Amino acid sequence: MSNSRFSRRGVLKTGFLASAGLALPTYLRAQEAGFTNAPGPNHVTLGFSVPLTGAYADEGADELRALQLAVEHLNGQGDGGMLNTFSSKALDGTGILGREVRYVSGDDQTKSDVARATAQSMIQKDGAIMITGGSSSGTAVAVQALCQEVGIVFMAGLTHANDTTGKDRKANGFRHFFNSYMSGAALAPILAAQYGKDRKAYHLTADYNWGYTTEEAIRSSTEAMGWETVNTVLTPLTQTDFSSYIAPVLNSGADILVLNHYGGNMVNSLTNAVQFGLRDAQANGKNFEIVVPLYSELMARGAGANIAGILGSQNWDWKLEDQLGSKYSGTNAFVQSFGAKYGFPPSQAAHTCYVQTLLYADAVTRAGSFAPCAVDEALADFEFDGMGNGPTLYRSADHQCFKDVIVVRGKENPENEFDLVEIVEVTPVDQVTYDPEHPQFAGGALGNCNNGA
Amino acid sequence: MDQIIVQVLNGLDKGSAYALIALGLTLIFGTLGVVNFAHGALFMLGSFCAVTFSRLLSFSHEVIDETRTDFLGNPLKVQVPYIQDWLGPDLAASIIQWSVPLSILFAIPVMITIGLIIERGLIKHFYKRPHADQILVTFGLAIVLQEIIKYFFGANPIQTPAPPAFNGSLDFGIWLGFDPVTIMYPYWRMIYFFFSVVIIAGVFAFLQFTTFGMVVRAGMADRETVGLLGIDIDKRFTFMFGLAAAVAGIAGVMYAPIVAPNYHMGMDFLVLSFVVVVVGGMGSLPGAVAAGFLLGILESFASMPMIVQSFPGINQIIIYLVAIIILLTRPRGLMGRKGVMEE
Amino acid sequence: MFGLESKDGKLLLLVAALALLAPVILNPFPEGSAMSQFNAGYPDLMQRFVIFGILAIGFNILFGLTGYLSFGHAAFLGVGSYAAIWSMKLVTMNIIPSIIFAVIVAGVFSLVVGYISLRRSGIYFSILTLAFAQMSYSLAYSVLTPITGGETGLQIKSTDTPLLDKALEAGEIGRANLFGYGMGSSYQLELAGWQFTFNLGYYVAAVVMLISFYFAIRIFRSPFGMMLRAVKSNQQRMNYAGLSPKPYTLAAFVISGMYAGLAGGLLVAMDTQVGPERMFWTASGEIVIMVILGGAGTLLGPVLGAGFIKYFENIISKINESILQGWFAFLPDGLQDFMVAVVYPFIGKGWHLTLGIMFMLVVIFLPGGLIQGGQKIGSWLRRKKNVVAKDSTTKPAE
Repeated sequence: MSNSRFSRRGVLKTGFLASAGLALPTYLRAQEAGFTNAPGPNHVTLGFSVPLTGAYADEGADELRALQLAVEHLNGQGDGGMLNTFSSKALDGTGILGREVRYVSGDDQTKSDVARATAQSMIQKDGAIMITGGSSSGTAVAVQALCQEVGIVFMAGLTHANDTTGKDRKANGFRHFFNSYMSGAALAPILAAQYGKDRKAYHLTADYNWGYTTEEAIRSSTEAMGWETVNTVLTPLTQTDFSSYIAPVLNSGADILVLNHYGGNMVNSLTNAVQFGLRDAQANGKNFEIVVPLYSELMARGAGANIAGILGSQNWDWKLEDQLGSKYSGTNAFVQSFGAKYGFPPSQAAHTCYVQTLLYADAVTRAGSFAPCAVDEALADFEFDGMGNGPTLYRSADHQCFKDVIVVRGKENPENEFDLVEIVEVTPVDQVTYDPEHPQFAGGALGNCNNGA
Repeated sequence: MDQIIVQVLNGLDKGSAYALIALGLTLIFGTLGVVNFAHGALFMLGSFCAVTFSRLLSFSHEVIDETRTDFLGNPLKVQVPYIQDWLGPDLAASIIQWSVPLSILFAIPVMITIGLIIERGLIKHFYKRPHADQILVTFGLAIVLQEIIKYFFGANPIQTPAPPAFNGSLDFGIWLGFDPVTIMYPYWRMIYFFFSVVIIAGVFAFLQFTTFGMVVRAGMADRETVGLLGIDIDKRFTFMFGLAAAVAGIAGVMYAPIVAPNYHMGMDFLVLSFVVVVVGGMGSLPGAVAAGFLLGILESFASMPMIVQSFPGINQIIIYLVAIIILLTRPRGLMGRKGVMEE
Repeated sequence: MFGLESKDGKLLLLVAALALLAPVILNPFPEGSAMSQFNAGYPDLMQRFVIFGILAIGFNILFGLTGYLSFGHAAFLGVGSYAAIWSMKLVTMNIIPSIIFAVIVAGVFSLVVGYISLRRSGIYFSILTLAFAQMSYSLAYSVLTPITGGETGLQIKSTDTPLLDKALEAGEIGRANLFGYGMGSSYQLELAGWQFTFNLGYYVAAVVMLISFYFAIRIFRSPFGMMLRAVKSNQQRMNYAGLSPKPYTLAAFVISGMYAGLAGGLLVAMDTQVGPERMFWTASGEIVIMVILGGAGTLLGPVLGAGFIKYFENIISKINESILQGWFAFLPDGLQDFMVAVVYPFIGKGWHLTLGIMFMLVVIFLPGGLIQGGQKIGSWLRRKKNVVAKDSTTKPAE
């Protein structure tokens, strides 16, 4: 076997470490408890699978910070963060069901194969009872499917494609983050108000699942209010220089450019678009405008001054409560404890992971059990507030959260590197709610919740 | 027609980046016979020279502004660059804005030094080793270099804008008799193109018209004989590695405003630059340059809306498709020499 | 034994013993101890060890014997995986047909790619294979999404209805199985503080690996293997002798492609998921690295290399700051922070850095790969023993 060298070296070391070992046999046999990885009486392990390498490493690092904060708060350390504002009062800072919360972290490399392997190792080796984190829909769908198979709860991190709670939805998977459809529905009325109803849009779309669903969502909602789609062009994910895609835009008859790009793609395509003078151009007698459906703080930082004046949507923003009042309570509590610990405000990716962890802990506590099916039941149509997004519903039909969506615009003169966007408007939840079998989400089935073992 | 001209411009621009990287790669390969997988990382280091230089210029001290507060409600700490204290806000701001062109002066010595260290410290010991070992050790080096950059600069791209004087686009079409605003091209990309033409011409002139270059070329053709003539060819080859690193470095510096530098950009370019070099033909400098421009232009054409929509996915594979076709029709790429890396 | 020379037979027995005892050998640290972080004896990773071992063995048949460096082998792994999962989705969840299907599809694909690429040699060959693999990856990620699932890949869903399988209850998901025995089923043994997991899936993969290893030995020792070595050492002389090297290299290419397809099929059998990233050029590069790192041209080396890389990827990346704090907790405060600060860049999100440094060290100091390191240690130990023996014999004479 391949690993003899490690083990041989290992055996040598075991000698003097044996004293440190032999602590506690942590496992309860799964069969006895009736579900996979049932925790022992003292502590419970959560698995945080986030990108630590690759293009999304910084986003992953921010998620991990928030997750560590969540663990602290659950264990009663720190200032408690959102536990103080959360509408459900089941959590009291004594861990989950009296067990101390521990965590393991791993690198999903934003690759679906690796994310599966990382999650598997957390489940098989570390006995994780829940997996959260991640920065792409590819990994979310892959890990969600794994959790369904083995009987673990998956609380999705940042995943925006419709598929996660659409055609790939699973009974053991839950998503707090918003999705492509919601971005489209939230942006359309504001785009119409800002730029008029008589516009011609040109789409550049990242050539993979998330790009497709986002393009579809933005197209259908903007076309519904009168915009015309002039052209849509797919761009390779690995593209770095978008000049050859941007150059034809100005002569296409379009007066809006929609960049269905995320991460490095978005930073580069937007930078290129600004270089080619699209921000200052006139077309059809109107100012040429650029729209970025999904914004993130890290992308905004990467794009720098180029994002000035560009509209997009977000799941959450750290200025929400300050600017729009106590409807979004929880925001400041979280920003305060995150900022005090790390020295800068949290990103929306950090927020969604933090909230997901708390929601999971709360659901377990209310259900009185770690069994995935009990969690499923506790989260079914669960309504809560005080988590920074205003009143929110966890819909049982597809395990998607419904809440207000924030429309933001890049600031013209940012004061510092964390305050790059301003909140334009908040689209209320009614306008972004859809039927679970809406065509953009059709073709999936939750299946039965799985307790595993 | 106008769209074709636009894409030719784009292609020349992309091609000049490819050609510069491929040129450096071929320089190293042709002289030292080493397959350098860390060459993309050298390009990345060049870009980060621009980032570092602009950070150095705006090296700051904190001033507490009692009138404003930060997001936690504490008094705001404002970063004031030292250079601003010394030179006044206006001059300081314009110097910082010009950091990218200025950082070429910073990058050349830095990159030559890095190149020499790598050659003396590592590559030297691999001249006699198989190419596979060279690939592996330089690949390891590339990972180490990029992880070091990631440790200090993070994984997020860092916007490094060109001086404001070069913002905006040139209305190229008017010159050619088109309507205004049909063919616009950003100033900085034009500069990049002319810059790379100058560099490429400079490298060729250096090899062609100087004694040093002559000896190096002689060494490329027959290392042993040149050595027997009593010339210390090793020292010159070491210098060539430094030169190649500097070419990759300044290519990276000038590229920083076009694509915001990030730590993995070297890996993004690595495969592509090898395809360019091989399509050009191993060991041929003109081949590398020609292949760079050819692939750049074809890639640009393949991304035109009309073409993408008639052949879905063509923009994803065009480079590789062209590489396969060329290698099957011309056994040693465009201008490859016989017997080089064919064993 | 099995037509092997005694040396090879011993090697096979050694590998078999290690493979069968892996769940014990790889879990040297008691559950819950500080060092249990380094345990690798859980099913998923053990499966990956042997599966990537198969991949590396197959790659070594091409590269180690003929010297042809394929930079696109991950494509065959990927194609095999897609074939396997479609067989599961459409025909049956039994892993045997899907693995066979994976091998056949990968074999056909490698025949096409090999036939074209082998018209060139050296780096031109490498770039041709790379180009095919990158095209496969790009297309699988984008336009072929209806077949490959694109970015999200393919998984078994509750809506899948394999032709030959009994219908499941509504909402249930089919599981990969071997005549009804699930790949996920394990037996856990607890011994004092230790915990060992014996997983059916792992043993299936391990048996397949042993068979592949056996075949590789046979190929290495056969006249065919000699021909392949001749291709590496001197093609010209082979031509003069009236032998065309092409059929031999193509056969080696297809065999190694089928090994990759087998690995791909097994990956799906163990974990029913395919993502396009397994065809990316870095995945192809990883195979090359596994083989060179372990020792190209040797029998055991590639397997060692595969284990080495998968171990790093899965174990080092999971060490985080709080675990470090725990390790150095016995030190005084200041020293603890210092040690954490020193080690921190190399673990967790810095695991790539450690991997890069390890590559360089191995290649610089062990030109023959890890296997050479093992031999060096072995001969050093032997020499030491000899010295001791000599001492003991000479002493009485004094």
